[in-house]
Amino acid sequence: MGVKVSMTVNGKKLSSDVEERTLLVTLIREHLRLTGTHVGCDTAQCGACTVHMNGNAVKSCSMLAMQAEGADILTIEGVAAPDGTLHPMQAAFKENHGLQCGFCTPGMVMNAIDFAKRHPVAGEQEVREGLEGNLCRCTGYHNIVKSIVAGSKAMAAGK
Amino acid sequence: MGAPLIGARIERKEDYRFLTGAGQYTDDVVLPGQTHAVFVRSPHAHAKIRSIRKDEALKKPGVLALFTGEDLAAAKVGGLPCGWLITDVNGQPMKEPAHPCLAQGKVRYVGDHVAVVIAETLEEAHEAAEAVHVDYEVLPSVVDTASASSKGAPQLHENAPDNTCYVWAIGDKSVVDKAFAGAAHVTRLDLVNNRLIPNAVEPRAATGAYSRADQSYTLYVSNQNPHVERLLMTAFVLSLPEHKVRVVAPDVGGGFGSKIYIYAEDVVVTWAAKQINRPVKWTAERSESFVSDAHGRDHVTVAEMAMDKDGKFLAMRVHTTANVGAYLSTFASCVPTILYATLLAGQYTTPVIYCEVKAVFSNTTPVDAYRGAGRPEATYVVERLVETAAREMKLDPAEIRRRNFIRSFPYQTPVALCYDTGDYEATLDGALKLADVAGYAARKKASEAKGRLRGLGYAAYIEACGIAPSAVAGSLGARAGLFEAGEVRVHPTGSVTVFTGSHSHGQGHETTFAQVVADRLGIGIESVDIVHGDTSKVLFGMGTYGSRSIAVGGTAIVKALDKIIAKGKKIAAHLLEASESDIEYDRGVFKVSGTDKQKMFGEVAFAAYVPHNYPHDKLEPGLNENAFYDPANFTFPAGTYVCEVEIDPDTGKVSVERFTAVDDFGKIINPMIVDGQVHGGLTQGIGQALTEGCIYDKDSGQLLTGSFMDYSIPRADDVPSFKVDTRETPCTHNPLGVKGCGEAGAIGAPAAMMNAITDALGVKDVPMPATPQTVWRALQNKKAA
Repeated sequence: MGVKVSMTVNGKKLSSDVEERTLLVTLIREHLRLTGTHVGCDTAQCGACTVHMNGNAVKSCSMLAMQAEGADILTIEGVAAPDGTLHPMQAAFKENHGLQCGFCTPGMVMNAIDFAKRHPVAGEQEVREGLEGNLCRCTGYHNIVKSIVAGSKAMAAGK
Repeated sequence: MGAPLIGARIERKEDYRFLTGAGQYTDDVVLPGQTHAVFVRSPHAHAKIRSIRKDEALKKPGVLALFTGEDLAAAKVGGLPCGWLITDVNGQPMKEPAHPCLAQGKVRYVGDHVAVVIAETLEEAHEAAEAVHVDYEVLPSVVDTASASSKGAPQLHENAPDNTCYVWAIGDKSVVDKAFAGAAHVTRLDLVNNRLIPNAVEPRAATGAYSRADQSYTLYVSNQNPHVERLLMTAFVLSLPEHKVRVVAPDVGGGFGSKIYIYAEDVVVTWAAKQINRPVKWTAERSESFVSDAHGRDHVTVAEMAMDKDGKFLAMRVHTTANVGAYLSTFASCVPTILYATLLAGQYTTPVIYCEVKAVFSNTTPVDAYRGAGRPEATYVVERLVETAAREMKLDPAEIRRRNFIRSFPYQTPVALCYDTGDYEATLDGALKLADVAGYAARKKASEAKGRLRGLGYAAYIEACGIAPSAVAGSLGARAGLFEAGEVRVHPTGSVTVFTGSHSHGQGHETTFAQVVADRLGIGIESVDIVHGDTSKVLFGMGTYGSRSIAVGGTAIVKALDKIIAKGKKIAAHLLEASESDIEYDRGVFKVSGTDKQKMFGEVAFAAYVPHNYPHDKLEPGLNENAFYDPANFTFPAGTYVCEVEIDPDTGKVSVERFTAVDDFGKIINPMIVDGQVHGGLTQGIGQALTEGCIYDKDSGQLLTGSFMDYSIPRADDVPSFKVDTRETPCTHNPLGVKGCGEAGAIGAPAAMMNAITDALGVKDVPMPATPQTVWRALQNKKAA
């Protein structure tokens, strides 16, 4: 048993031999050792496993690696500039204390970037509704919401 | 050097790694040759194990080992210990039934550990675990707190008759009864403090490894106190030499109490690593977290307050039944006693208090400390009583509090604690203003015009943080010390590594502690690194819980810094050819007072490690100091929370419109981090009040709320943005004047929420969580009445 999957991850083309049942998150974490993508619930509730597939936020714990065949995948490791400069959304989380333990953070940032692209001038209530698929147990969301509002503005301003 | 760092809003040093996916949590650690463990768990709440058939599982591909309780017993692996001995009303020790790591003959809750399968891959371990055949004889079970000790209830443990762990009391009942007999008014409430499931977003994880080279073990574990984990595991469970075990708690994705404890999985992977001579890794699935992480709260209480005609509190009487679950978790016994009843004075001068607590076993997951631990339960009792009393006596809820506030410190409460300082009027006044209570009437009118109900509720909480001193805790039954340790290592070129026994799992110690160090030494914060979470690096530590890190751990660091500066003065005196008593240290510079002769901190550090010109006759080379700090008392953060809710009477849905918190945490190191701690605590408290309730099926003992689909932790649109502010009365007995802020929100919020909801509905009580269905029913019952 086994199947070969090919995709682009953080700009690099790669192929990997996986079992048919291998989840996309398992490929990312275990095969590629990109451990910034986390598993918090296994049931698509918490959003810690959020990555981008062809530019859209998806929950990588709830899809098979095979479903990403040929896709362009972006994980949290590929978000900052090559010189290490934070993406405006990452910077906004840092400036606004939008993270505490850091475990939900990669998924939050990946979802936030996708959200900001679709809703460049979102207000607090829209951001709260846009976070429906991401759980955080530390921050009470207050500073995550502030971060995303600020990060969206910075992204829209092309910073 | 620049502006003071203590009190400054500084962005966190740890954020870059978390934001770029470079954090290293336990499951991210991969050891060469690691294997994977899956636990076979009980599907029944209560059953005898007739037999376990291993043969089929052992034949599955990739299987390396399969262990059951019998194997552990044969290897003399001990049970999990409880760290606090409670002595009951008759002077007898609490009942401590055996708590085996893998079940011995009987399972006592759904999720209880029956066997462990270890295989080459996780998938293989899962497949083999499904092939382990356990023959159970299902027994009747009891999950309900109120009836667990009633006659005829199924018995969990032979040595705990009536499922009772202890009946414990504080206060003089006859004096309290007498005060009640003469009271002008008595307010009584029957309260349930709902069971909660902590749900840190990082599931628990543990990887054990064994080295044949030096017969040593390493355990990576998602844990809040690695030294305590090591001490309990080596001394009480595995009987290993402590110096041969290293426990590493790397980045930890939230704890909230649930990662304080020594768990069966931690022990089993450590022990099994030697048996198979390969690392053994286990990471919980969320469904395992729900059944196996220690739960929180679960009290059933009758509470009464006696008052004179002016609303002055005369006495308080409380009877609580606390559900400890199927076995005693590490600190289960002290939570509903020492951390609960001692807080029942609240912010008030109530002269006499009696509290009796019965702790009961049930066929449920063990219950232990969860953010606040005893203090949210106490605040719920006090503040629901106070608000209800105000309504019954037609007093303004702020006014009844003012009439009873403690105003002179130190204040000895009738329930053992002695508050060192506080200003409850200041936090109340601050909260009323920030919440714009003056404008409430207009907002209520606007809600009513929309057909909505609006309610206002207060909670004026107090908490006791940084449990201390060790000697007092010991006299109350603690089986551990409650100090903290720190080490300051100044490197030859003047940068500094600080090792702390505290543990950060979101609290931001790498920043806050670095601020303290950089401020005290007058050096740049970028020159300071904080190391925690590894017993092979940190000298010792009691870890992080009970909002103790800055008050206890921070003080240990300050004491080590004092020693560094004292030694630095000696070195500087030698270098500057001056008397040591003439050397002053000010923000990075050792100076001869009254002169312009000086040496920079870095120069002194260099001299300590390149001691060519050095007072060798008086001083050892090097600049490295340890300190242990055992506090003189608890710290007592306090504050007032004001909550405003709007309820849709057609659906019962509660919307939190405004939430205001004004807290007194003493001196604040980093206001940004403090605000964040409050926001998070408030949301957990709002979760308890509004959305979170652990439900077991009464007949089968099955956990019905076993996933995020059934157990609702707050999402972003369940809570508002918060208004938070602070007032400051510095703690009198630690050098930083700090009190701790990690739990306050979770302590004060439930009472404020339920006071607001009952105000809106015009009813005496509504059970938590106030889900739409519960609120709607309360409204229908009121209409029917």
